[in-house]
Amino acid sequence: MALPLALDIALRHLLHRRRQTLVSLLGVTLGVAFFIAISAMLQGFQRDFIARIIDIQPHIIVMDDVRQPPRQPVERTYPDGAVLLHSLKPREETRGLRGARNMLATLEETPGLHVAPALSGNGLIHFGGKDISVNITGINPEQERKVTHIEKDLLSGTLDALYTTSNAIILGEGVAKKAGIRKDDLINVVSPAGVMMKMKVVALFSSGITVLDNFDTYVLLKKAQVLQNRPNVINRLKIRLDDVEQAGPLAGRIERQFGYRAEPWQEQSRNVLSIYVIQNAIMYPTVSAILIVACFGIFNVISTVVFEKTRDIGIMKSMGFRDSDVRLVFVMEGLIVGVVGTLIGWLIGWMLIEFMASLKFEMEGFVKAQGFVLFRSPRHYLISGGMAVLSAALAAWLPARRASRLNPVDIVRGAG
Amino acid sequence: MSSPSPAPALEARGLTRELPGPVPVTLVRDIDLAIAPGEFVAVTGPSGSGKSSLLYLLGLLDRPTAGTVLLAGEDTAGSSPDRLADLRLARIGFVFQFHFLLPEFSCLANVEIPIRKLGRLGRSAARRRAGELLEQLELGDHRDKLPEQLSGGQRQRVAIARALANDPPLILADEPTGNLDSRTAALVFDIFRDLAHTQGRSVVVVTHDSALAHTADRRIHLVDGRIER
Repeated sequence: MALPLALDIALRHLLHRRRQTLVSLLGVTLGVAFFIAISAMLQGFQRDFIARIIDIQPHIIVMDDVRQPPRQPVERTYPDGAVLLHSLKPREETRGLRGARNMLATLEETPGLHVAPALSGNGLIHFGGKDISVNITGINPEQERKVTHIEKDLLSGTLDALYTTSNAIILGEGVAKKAGIRKDDLINVVSPAGVMMKMKVVALFSSGITVLDNFDTYVLLKKAQVLQNRPNVINRLKIRLDDVEQAGPLAGRIERQFGYRAEPWQEQSRNVLSIYVIQNAIMYPTVSAILIVACFGIFNVISTVVFEKTRDIGIMKSMGFRDSDVRLVFVMEGLIVGVVGTLIGWLIGWMLIEFMASLKFEMEGFVKAQGFVLFRSPRHYLISGGMAVLSAALAAWLPARRASRLNPVDIVRGAG
Repeated sequence: MSSPSPAPALEARGLTRELPGPVPVTLVRDIDLAIAPGEFVAVTGPSGSGKSSLLYLLGLLDRPTAGTVLLAGEDTAGSSPDRLADLRLARIGFVFQFHFLLPEFSCLANVEIPIRKLGRLGRSAARRRAGELLEQLELGDHRDKLPEQLSGGQRQRVAIARALANDPPLILADEPTGNLDSRTAALVFDIFRDLAHTQGRSVVVVTHDSALAHTADRRIHLVDGRIER
């Protein structure tokens, strides 16, 4: 059938029931608008977080750890045999990356890759009667600044102060806050090895990621080795890549090559990232529910029109409209509501985002976020629009099918 | 229609329609009928005699339980619903007791709908044709009014204009004057007679008004679903 005629009839039906049409239109509009705004907000925060992680953390960390316990000689001898070992006592091994110098040298030759050694361990900060458990990471500043952006996050002081001040330590902002420590304070640091040192706080950092700010501290690599009583040992290689996307495959390759566990950033932050998976799993059904409710509105208005227009449907059929032509008219009505609602929803969603972007508020003192972090993506518009139009068509399909099945004889006879 | 011995415009053979159910009801029983081009036929009979049912069968709105309808020689017994719809669109014009105009469309737009649906004429040609039809039925001044703004007789004339929209050789009318006063009813009958006699269309009108029925070329009287002779 000539499409314009179906469109013409559909439009007139909708305009005739102006209020109901407006309500169902509003449903679609709100659904689409909220979908866009909420997606932009949540994804904005997520992406911001990930960007910060990529920025502050090494892209790959090689650790003095293996994923699987070493195979015992008897297992290696009989790889296919049924071997049962009782009371196995693994050898006590000194922790640390063995052959770290060689690994460093090999890795440094890889183009697009920066690497820095570190010794990471636990420790206790004692200050003003308070004990705070922390991670103490020994670093070499000139290498470290190539692999993490810790320097950018320093609130006061410099990274090089680790060199210039003896027994210097840099604390995360949260660590300092917990014990009321300020820059230039002298604090006592104790390691599990039993070594105690008096150290001077030369700088504080705030990465914006609470876990890091609350537990991380940095000292010079040499100092950490003394503190942990592990001279010349390093147990971390921090790697930064020019291309972040390579982290996963490259970590796998390093692991195969050196045997040590190499974690890409996705694995290091798996806990937090998995929260986002849950967050998305909650967000999408919620926002979709709005659209589904909107579809009930569409179903309602088109069902009503079909009911009211029973006589017209009969006359259209007697005039020579096919069943499919009648269906087309009513599906068209759903599509019109879906498409127009989507277009207005896009506009309102866009306005909501710009409004949220204009809001300025401080989040957590002088951490970076000063308002909503928004991610504007055409994908949000496409997904919400696609869902809205598709479900509008579906909502219209059921009453449309009913309309097309009406028997014209029943209608014209009933009216007579 | 121009062949020397024209086939009947409309022919019914053994036409029977039963309503299924615990107690089947026979609406129309074994009707044989042939209507020539240019013939004006009135179908009369008491209420429930099957007049309207016969008309719906002849107009391919309903399907017979037995028998068949031939439209200009084409047997419609095995035709698909879509084919029947196309035949209604191009070859049959319906007029009902109620005008059945689409209330959201102006008179002109209502007449235009079947023309646009058929799609043989462009949009402006369709508009011109609809306007001409309304002129012929002396409704030229009302073309842009909505149906609700017209009187009953005017609406019925718009409905007739719409039935004529695609220039069908067959016009079927079901109690077209049922809601009209006798003077308007006579005028509407004049129009139908004119459609048959000067325009060569076959016209079948169902009516219970025997005075009007007597002005037709032929009368078919139905009793209990059968033709009474």
